Amino acid sequence: MLKTVQGKVWSKYLLSLPPMAYLLIFFAAPTMIMLFASFRYPGEYGGLAPWLVQDGGQWTLDLTLENWQRLFGTDIYLRLFVKSIGYAVSTTLICMFMAYPLALMIARSGRKSRDLLLLLVILPFWSNFLVRIYAWMIIFSPVGALTRILNGVLDLFGAGPVTLMYSPTAMIVCLVYVHLPFMVLPLYANLEKHDPYLLDAAQDLGAGKWRRFWLITWPLSLPGITAGSILVFIPVLGMFAIPDLLGGTDGIMIGNVIKQQFMESRDWPFGSVLSMVLTVAAVVVVLLGSRLSRQRAGMGGS
Amino acid sequence: MFVVSGLLFVLRAGKMVWVFTGMENGALLEIVDVSRHFDAFVALDKVSLHIKAGEFFTLLGPSGCGKTTLLRLIAGFDQPDGGDILLNGKSIIAVPPEDRPLHTIFQNYALFPHMTVAENIAFPLRMARVSKQDIRTRVAEALEDVRLPDKGSQYPDALSGGQKQRIAIARALVNRPRLLLLDEPLSALDAKLREQMQIELIDLQKDIGITFIYVTHDQGEALALSHRIAVMDHGRIVQVDEPTRLYGYPGSRFVADFIGKCNLLDGKVSEQQGGRVTVELDGLGSVYVCGMESQFAVGSRCALTLRPEKIRISRSSAIPGASDNLSAPSDPSPLSSFDGESHFPGYVHDMLYLGDVTVYNVTLANGVLLETLLANSASGRANFFEIGDQVDVAWSCDAGHLVLD
Repeated sequence: MLKTVQGKVWSKYLLSLPPMAYLLIFFAAPTMIMLFASFRYPGEYGGLAPWLVQDGGQWTLDLTLENWQRLFGTDIYLRLFVKSIGYAVSTTLICMFMAYPLALMIARSGRKSRDLLLLLVILPFWSNFLVRIYAWMIIFSPVGALTRILNGVLDLFGAGPVTLMYSPTAMIVCLVYVHLPFMVLPLYANLEKHDPYLLDAAQDLGAGKWRRFWLITWPLSLPGITAGSILVFIPVLGMFAIPDLLGGTDGIMIGNVIKQQFMESRDWPFGSVLSMVLTVAAVVVVLLGSRLSRQRAGMGGS
Repeated sequence: MFVVSGLLFVLRAGKMVWVFTGMENGALLEIVDVSRHFDAFVALDKVSLHIKAGEFFTLLGPSGCGKTTLLRLIAGFDQPDGGDILLNGKSIIAVPPEDRPLHTIFQNYALFPHMTVAENIAFPLRMARVSKQDIRTRVAEALEDVRLPDKGSQYPDALSGGQKQRIAIARALVNRPRLLLLDEPLSALDAKLREQMQIELIDLQKDIGITFIYVTHDQGEALALSHRIAVMDHGRIVQVDEPTRLYGYPGSRFVADFIGKCNLLDGKVSEQQGGRVTVELDGLGSVYVCGMESQFAVGSRCALTLRPEKIRISRSSAIPGASDNLSAPSDPSPLSSFDGESHFPGYVHDMLYLGDVTVYNVTLANGVLLETLLANSASGRANFFEIGDQVDVAWSCDAGHLVLD
């Protein structure tokens, strides 16, 4: 008896070994390496300078705080972070407002149409991410139909012509477009599990349409909203492809600067500093989100 | 809530309002020719019912008989295709569920998982915009009433099945509805707890005097709880009666068979003298059935309904060798003797020991299996008979009840 129980415990550890090893090797270790790199000097041709140098027979550590000082020495990077957070927050909120009615409709539709609608939500994943952004570039292009029609209409009211390309509007539209499924799917998964009798009971006990939504459906869907928000917020925070292609000179985000440090500026240590800040921001958001959903999951309106 | 000369005073939306209760014997809820179709399926076929104020009324029937559909129509979650539903003489068809002065107890209780027990009970009061202070005192009272005064701050997940049930009841009753609809509320509980909750429900209904409409497929539960029962089958109401009448005087084969255990012996009416009907049972012979109130046409096909506990079983007085001519249908048993009893020989086909009683299935001369009950003695003696034993079965002339085909 004892043997089999011990065997079970053993197999449990054995099962969690591969994912643990994977996370250690490919997440924890690189993060530590990146943290360490943020205190090193850049190499002459990119890469990193050696952190241990021989100085007259003496081995000395060659580390520095310069990279971190550079971050806090100016408000450029702080402003970039704030701007990126602004984009991430607005994308998340817009996704939430657009995804909620959609997810609710899918969750409450019949079995057959539900499968079809879900398929439509994930359909964009069938083509490449970059190809889809290029498609938006064609739509927003100054000679594209959308811009021409819009400017034609604006001209009727005497308003000047506008460009859609390389504007914050184009950025937001594309960011929302790319990340909407990541909000819809967790929300749908949550809403679909709601017990329909709860709404019947609320109605039976005197709650009208809006109160049924705000007192029952909404609070019960908060875990889904939290999961969706994390899935949207974090990728948008580090996004560089969309600002690169659609953002123009003003549309730069922190992800672009990080990419620049590693690719063009060949300043890996400073790139590591910015990446560390981004990682910490992401971890904070996840922790906040999980705490919020855990609190709400077992909390009423008190 | 209190009543003064036909006026019922109730608290609604925090204010004292009065409602006309109608005449003493008037119906609180009237269901008039209500029909409901789902495509080609007829869920309810011109159902009419009168439910009195203060009554514990049960809708009983097998699954798919339309009882839950009817309950949903009364609650307002569904609309009838025809007919009307009147509460205190006023049609409530057009009234949305949230505005009907009645509440439902759902099968799975439907407690809000994100609210504490106290918040759950406060919900209908909040909806009625009762003041915060009143809510607090009334929630506390409601928790006292269901004997769970210290559970207010817990979440429903932390409660047992029986506790959830009581909280659901407290929530539904806290703002004193006119009518409480209960949709198989005890089906999720185990047998012991179910019996205990049945007693609690009866006491509760008696104490608060609110009309209960109870849906169940469990005939035992219906008999135990109700003042009156409506037996439903295939979207129709087959019989509405008090439990004792329903059990003792089933109106049809379906009711006899559905309510309790029942033997059905086929036959033909051969004579009627007042309340005493002579019935020629197929392959068995004639028996008297007395106490019949209605008139039966001579020659009409009928069935004698006999409850197992009304049949006496005793060791056959005949000598064992006489068993050979038992199976001969040509040997009709004599008409019930002068004491009004019918006697038939048979043999024990099989038996079921159930602890308190033993069920003996007796094969009669015509091959029909008759179920009989014998109470077991305290001394532990159970097996009065063995399988294959020759026995006599007997019943008095008022033990059975006739139903026409």
